Amino acid sequence: MSRFALTRNPAGRLICTLADGTVHANVTPVRAFPLAAPDEGLALMSQEGHEIAWIENLADLDAANRGVIEDELAGREFMPEIRRIAEVSSFATPSTWQIETSRGNTALVLKGEEDIRRLPDNGLLIADNHGILYLIRDRKALDRHSRKILERFL
Amino acid sequence: MSSLATSNTTLPNAWLAEAATRISAGDALLATLELDLDNALRFSRGLVLLSEHSLQAREANGEWQRWNLRAGLALQHHDHAGIATLELMDNSTGTTTRLAAWRYTLEQNVAALRLIEKFDKQLEAVISGRPPETEEVVACPTCKALLEPGQEECPICTRELQTPPSTWTLFRLWRFAHPYRWKLLTGFLLTLASTGATLVPPYLTMPLMDNVLIPFQNGKPMNWSLAGMYLSGLLGAAAVAWVLGWIRTYILALVSERIGRDLRTTTYKHLMGLSLEYFGGKRTGDLIARIGNETDRINIFLSLDLLNFATDVLMIGMTAVILFSIDPWLAIATLLPLPIIGWMIHFVREKLRTGFERIDRVWAEVTNVLADTIPGIRVVKAFAQEKREADRFLEANQRNLAMNDKLNKTWSIFTPTVTLLTEIGLLVVWVFGIWQIAHGASTVGVLTAFLAYIGRFYTRLDSMSRIVSATQRAASSTKRIFDILDHVSSVPEPVNPRPLPQVTGQISMRDVGFRYGNRSVIRNLNLDIQPGEMIGLVGHSGSGKSTLVNLICRFYDVTQGSVRIDGIDIRSVAVADYRSNVGLVLQEPFLFFGTIAENIAYGKPDATREEIVAAARAAHAHEFILRLPQGYDSLVGERGQGLSGGERQRISIARALLINPRILILDEATSAVDTETEKEIQKALDNLVLGRTTIAIAHRLSTLRKADRLVVMDRGEIVEIGNHDDLMAREGHYFRLYQAQQRTHAELAEGGEA
Ligand SMILES: Nc1ncnc2c1ncn2[C@@H]1O[C@H](COP(=O)(O)OP(=O)(O)OP(=O)(O)O)[C@@H](O)[C@H]1O
Ligand SMILES: [Mg+2]
Repeated sequence: MSRFALTRNPAGRLICTLADGTVHANVTPVRAFPLAAPDEGLALMSQEGHEIAWIENLADLDAANRGVIEDELAGREFMPEIRRIAEVSSFATPSTWQIETSRGNTALVLKGEEDIRRLPDNGLLIADNHGILYLIRDRKALDRHSRKILERFL
Repeated sequence: MSSLATSNTTLPNAWLAEAATRISAGDALLATLELDLDNALRFSRGLVLLSEHSLQAREANGEWQRWNLRAGLALQHHDHAGIATLELMDNSTGTTTRLAAWRYTLEQNVAALRLIEKFDKQLEAVISGRPPETEEVVACPTCKALLEPGQEECPICTRELQTPPSTWTLFRLWRFAHPYRWKLLTGFLLTLASTGATLVPPYLTMPLMDNVLIPFQNGKPMNWSLAGMYLSGLLGAAAVAWVLGWIRTYILALVSERIGRDLRTTTYKHLMGLSLEYFGGKRTGDLIARIGNETDRINIFLSLDLLNFATDVLMIGMTAVILFSIDPWLAIATLLPLPIIGWMIHFVREKLRTGFERIDRVWAEVTNVLADTIPGIRVVKAFAQEKREADRFLEANQRNLAMNDKLNKTWSIFTPTVTLLTEIGLLVVWVFGIWQIAHGASTVGVLTAFLAYIGRFYTRLDSMSRIVSATQRAASSTKRIFDILDHVSSVPEPVNPRPLPQVTGQISMRDVGFRYGNRSVIRNLNLDIQPGEMIGLVGHSGSGKSTLVNLICRFYDVTQGSVRIDGIDIRSVAVADYRSNVGLVLQEPFLFFGTIAENIAYGKPDATREEIVAAARAAHAHEFILRLPQGYDSLVGERGQGLSGGERQRISIARALLINPRILILDEATSAVDTETEKEIQKALDNLVLGRTTIAIAHRLSTLRKADRLVVMDRGEIVEIGNHDDLMAREGHYFRLYQAQQRTHAELAEGGEA
């Protein structure tokens, strides 16, 4: 028996019913380590911002709950992964990059070099001027052209 | 955020035509929202249209959906992590159902807000049957500032789109060299003249050989007077070169220092004008490295390297002309290595530039470690992490070393190769010269002169090749300096600041929304504060109290809505004018290196001693200051290290009181003092607060008993407003906060008794 059950109401919000019968509307699943360990440690947060349940690992959940959570996360999480950097407007910031991502092609405006955050294992996290985060999992794995462009900003 | 208004959708033309067909006769298009994401959150285009009768949306697959406007419909929007959702809800059936949802990035936010606003108005009109009020006053959808008739874009929100600096950064340095152009020109002419003087001796060796020495060797008597003339010519040329070189070095050294000073001060001044947002994103060490070291490199480049380069080029040109005039064939042999060197320069240049840029960054990283750990030394020691920090520093230095090693590999081969080429060139000239003399086509004198010239020629070439590295180094430094200089403050000075009359201290906040990056911290906040009123701001930690204060102080500009003082938008008055009306005591008091008196008088450097003492008394700092060995003249260490937390806080209160502001903001001003002192400060504040608009934040709710109104915040929104008794009676948020505190006090008291 799982500790909670998640459903979606007609308004599209998540409803969480705990084992003791309490019902929370508008819950949001939040990953504790979205970058370091996305599937470990998820919390269900109530509308008031309190934790109502802690999930050690997504894999531990039953299929129904996991489906709802994954679905909700898919609609909330937005971190396109950069596959290729086609072109940059300049090597000095602010600079506009034409990029190919896991979510289609787009352009981002890099405000300053400090908006590029280094992650372990050659990963990079790039914040654009509107606060959208773009991920590069392994910059060494990019193609030569993209790598060469990136080098100039690191 | 600044480009929100300007990047307002460029709709593909085909879509506009398509959209037009969707609007039937008798209907009219009111607003559009271009979507840049689909529902699976992929980048793709979509469109939402609002017309007088309907809301329509074009899906990614090109199909249209349509909802007629009717009672029960509502548009909602919210955003998270940089992407927003617009939802069409239907409340007519009793339960709320979501009819549709659209996603877009915050770039489209303005259009979305406009659409929602129009939607609400139109829906009301449709339901009531009355035409929507014609908008006499048009307000900007983001900041609610009133627009002039016919004004499309709000002057406050429309800020210059950031454009990248041109790649010709080095030329932009002219701005700093310009004031010294005459001195620089003099320096240039002197360099030219002194180098010209050094060209004379080899010219004189030619007749010395051919007219004096060789005839003598061939049995003619020694022509002493001729020899003496040539020799004194040699001496004269050397002396002239010496004097000219001396003056030139002196002038250029003067200019170099001055350009350095200008660069540093201009950059620093600009830096001081930048907003807190900028500093939030920057590393201290990096900024120090830029202003400290890199300006130095630039001024040396401007005043020395560049001039040397110019003279080198001229000299090489002049020497070439002389060589050609003496013997064209020999001259051609001499110039042989030039193209090869040119090609080499081209080859290493790119490598060097990127290399130097990276070295600069790595060096900044080294400074960063220092700037990070030295102020945090207590934490480092407390957790016994000295070794780790030493390792971190070592690692940064290691990276710096690796970077330098890599570059030196390229660099070290460059200069010797140039030397080798010149040696070979010399050899070629010898061979060619001997061959020509043997055939009687040239004389020994000519060859000697040639060899003397070539020596100088190649030295020039050598030094010219060095400029390659200097230029690239300066270019990378310039880029980093202009990164600062080009940054437009996100709290910009208005173009035509409105004069700020004597303010009464009335503050009104309209529909204020604010985010740090993509994190929405304040939402839909409306608050009116009367002149002289004392507001107590309470709420959980992280509820946005300090952020609200930051907005009132204009450390950050609101993302939405507006903050007005006496009805004037604070974005339309000069920043310094406005801030001189605000006294602030921060949650983390910061003192500067200097005496206590200087620190108290920080906001008003010309304050008299009486004023300083009065302010200190009012802040209950007077007595403890007198207990210090040198009283008001005692030095507080960097960041006020020599004082306790409570003492620092009281000094910062005195500092805020001294400027006698109309608006006083106390962010946890009394959190670091004991209850006894707090009571005293409270008493003092009670007097001082009189007649001033005061906003006080406190976790200890008892401190706010005097407040006229308490404003309770929760997760960026105001949830309750009222005085203590009202709010207690209401048994809401405040009541719970208060209860919780009473309980802990009681528990503490119990624990103390046991
Ligand atoms: N510079 C910043 N960048 C990003 N987020 C920030 C920044 N400063 C504050 N925040 C976030 O904004 C929210 C509100 O912070 P704020 O400092 O206004 O809280 P507060 O109400 O003053 O809390 P406290 O009572 O603890 O001082 C917090 O969630 C905080 O994490
Ligand atoms: Mg705070």
